[in-house]
Amino acid sequence: MAVAEAPTQQQAAPAVKPPQTFTFRLWRGDQAGGEYKDYQVQVDEGMVVLDVVHRIQATMANDLAVRWNCKAGKCGSCSAEINGKPRLMCMTRMDLFEPGQVIQISPIKTFPIIRDLVTDVSFNFERAKEVPAFKPKPPDPDGKRRMYQEDVDRVQEFHKCIECFLCQNVCHVIRDHEENKKNFAGPRLFVRLAALEMHPLDTNDRRELLKARAGLGYCNITKCCTEVCPEHIHITDNAIIPLKERVVTEYFDPVAWLARKVTGKDKRSGIVE
Amino acid sequence: MATEPYDTHEYDVLVVGAGGAGLRAAIEASALGAKTALVCKSLLGKAHTVMAEGGIAAAMGNVWPEDNWKVHFRDTMRGGKMLNNWRMAQIHAQEAPDRVLELEEWGALFDRTKDGLILQRDFGGHRYARLAHVGDRTGLEMIRTLQQHAVHKGIDVFMEFNIQRLLKDGDKISGAFGYWRDSGTFMLFKCKAVVLATGGIGKCWKVTSNSWEYTGDGPAMALNAGADLIDMEMVQFHPTGMIWPPSVRGILVTEGVRGDGGTLRNASGERFMFRYIPEFFKAETADTEEEADRWYEDKKNNRRTPDLLPRDEVARAINAESKSGRGSPHGGVFLDIATRRPADYIQKRLPSMYHQFKELAGVDITKEAMEIGPTCHYVMGGVRVDADTTATTVKGLFAAGEVAAGLHGSNRLGGNSLSDLLVFGRRAGQYAAEYAKGITSQPDVNPEEVDYTIQLLLKPFNGSGGENPYAIHADLQECMQNNVGLIRVEHELKEALDTLQVLKKRLENVTVVGGRAYNPGWHMALDLHDMLRVSECCTLAAIERKESRGGHTRDDYPTADPEWGKKNVVIRPKNGDLVLSTEPLPEMPDDLKELFQEAH
Repeated sequence: MAVAEAPTQQQAAPAVKPPQTFTFRLWRGDQAGGEYKDYQVQVDEGMVVLDVVHRIQATMANDLAVRWNCKAGKCGSCSAEINGKPRLMCMTRMDLFEPGQVIQISPIKTFPIIRDLVTDVSFNFERAKEVPAFKPKPPDPDGKRRMYQEDVDRVQEFHKCIECFLCQNVCHVIRDHEENKKNFAGPRLFVRLAALEMHPLDTNDRRELLKARAGLGYCNITKCCTEVCPEHIHITDNAIIPLKERVVTEYFDPVAWLARKVTGKDKRSGIVE
Repeated sequence: MATEPYDTHEYDVLVVGAGGAGLRAAIEASALGAKTALVCKSLLGKAHTVMAEGGIAAAMGNVWPEDNWKVHFRDTMRGGKMLNNWRMAQIHAQEAPDRVLELEEWGALFDRTKDGLILQRDFGGHRYARLAHVGDRTGLEMIRTLQQHAVHKGIDVFMEFNIQRLLKDGDKISGAFGYWRDSGTFMLFKCKAVVLATGGIGKCWKVTSNSWEYTGDGPAMALNAGADLIDMEMVQFHPTGMIWPPSVRGILVTEGVRGDGGTLRNASGERFMFRYIPEFFKAETADTEEEADRWYEDKKNNRRTPDLLPRDEVARAINAESKSGRGSPHGGVFLDIATRRPADYIQKRLPSMYHQFKELAGVDITKEAMEIGPTCHYVMGGVRVDADTTATTVKGLFAAGEVAAGLHGSNRLGGNSLSDLLVFGRRAGQYAAEYAKGITSQPDVNPEEVDYTIQLLLKPFNGSGGENPYAIHADLQECMQNNVGLIRVEHELKEALDTLQVLKKRLENVTVVGGRAYNPGWHMALDLHDMLRVSECCTLAAIERKESRGGHTRDDYPTADPEWGKKNVVIRPKNGDLVLSTEPLPEMPDDLKELFQEAH
């Protein structure tokens, strides 16, 4: 089999680069208001933004509110806007920035502030409750369930979602229009709906939710969600557009819906790999 | 005294912790008709389970039909150096396949075999490829499936709520008290039964794969309520954590790398594990590279590669290799899959590892070897439970998952944690619900105990000693890392005990700045009480056990002692003190003993 040419374990220890000082401009405050505060902080080689925020918390601002868990890009807790760009703090390396550059960190904008860098993301958990659950078809006659890798691949893409809600944060429909939140579930929920709808075993009917309450029609496929997804899920191309197609064909053609549910097959082209 | 206002909720069963065990327990208790609350310190779906990578061990026999529960049982017991509670190991091996299939019924999508069944991968200490998995993000699939199932079942979830104390009515559980992280306000749960599913203690060590949540609050609260702990000296240092750059030190590198063909090498490229095969595993371990490599494809005629010895063995070997000057530039060794498997295979099987090394270390694992070293990962010890019911020694208190002890003995096999969560999470929910049904009226909560708890929780705001909670935490981690780490010796352990006393005094002088709303400094000041408590338990038990076994290696007692192999170190609270004793392991029945006589 084709493998890398030779092991590379003989390299010498790279020299540790000397620490550099950066200015971190962090939003501090709550619902009542707040302001950006500057912290001069020493940054060592290999640090990510979350490490620096933790250093500020441990040494200069013990009460600095920041949400985090895994520090490895797997839990999706530490979403923030870093110099205006929505990112996971734990996966943003400091060597992206020029020494001397001011690094401004704001809480994600679409959701209400709790304190400092922490926002109230309960909107997403409330909308998740509305999704009709997974409802599998009966197992094979021998009691087993068979699915083939090529059929689960595309749903596994959606299951990679770590619920960081960066896609929700950048979606114009709710970022700039609070009033739309009651009518629009957002990209995260569309990914969830797509995962259920394309699950080879699922039989549940979500047409009403898709057509009406989830507000799929509000999305004008600008792909902002796809661009910020840290898991590189093709949210627009692989989840939202197919769902939109289904609403058109199946909401008005129940036979098409039924046929897909019975066969578990979806003859749709254009999956982006 | 001005009383602090707080809300009160009444439930039959309160589940503390919403990782795999807590979610599974809540689903079961609720399904049995108990009014159930699920409380978690983070947002739902962010618990430590989400970081599990390799898979769920279950003898389904989809890849190797020869596999069955008896083989899994035997592997688990031998991996734990026979210190396991045999009955837990039996139940676990028997029930794990059903629990995996249940996840599939709830929508989980595991990787598939060519025949369309759930694919299983090789892992350390498992005789057959046994881990149901989704690439290297199995924990995410598991927690999301359980989370969504729990949400659809309408279970009440309290997110970012921190339970701080268990309350009792006489000898029975009657509730729990804690604070909302966002507002800092308090809340009382009155309940008939509590399931502890709080996870581990790994945040007491400096190099760790564990998140901020792993503070040992479960064992500490259980002790306060009068429950026994066992095996607290048994801490697993996972052999492969990232070591470079320094800020990522400790982040987990899945055993799946070795399960999928990766091998450990020293600075000169030697596959050194062949020099570290212990007598205990000689008969079942390949002693040549050729046999080891053939084993991946042909398990009938070849023995397992020593790269996949149980984690305690591999961690000690890596430690020895780097200490002897044959390690990697930053004090670890190399994990090489680049020269052994094609790039597209690596990317397909290990996408998170590829991503993690690329983004955090600038290393392309399809082209270069990874630099790795041991990282604190898991505690085998914890709250003592009844094998069948997960009942602790306190009435109405149940425990499942990492917080409970017994299943893994002195060392846990990879993959056995996720299956543990499912098997014993379900049992905890079931038996807690049944227990609650047997209690006709809601037990009383003593308001004075609540007031006392409130005073304790607010105390850090009144401190004027100027101690920074983060500084105390850093010193605790330094102490446990240096003195109660992978290799232990009596005088260092005793030094650690002294340091812990000093840290306790410093904690009395802790000063919290800011208010009560989402104040991590305050939370840390409170968590430190639990961390110091479990660190003390671990250190005391480590001094007590004068032998080396599994996750407990004593430089001054370097071999396993058969007498010590027959007993647990038990820690029991008495008038605020900790009392240590040793008690015999439960006796394994003869028909199971026979499984260990067979030649491999």
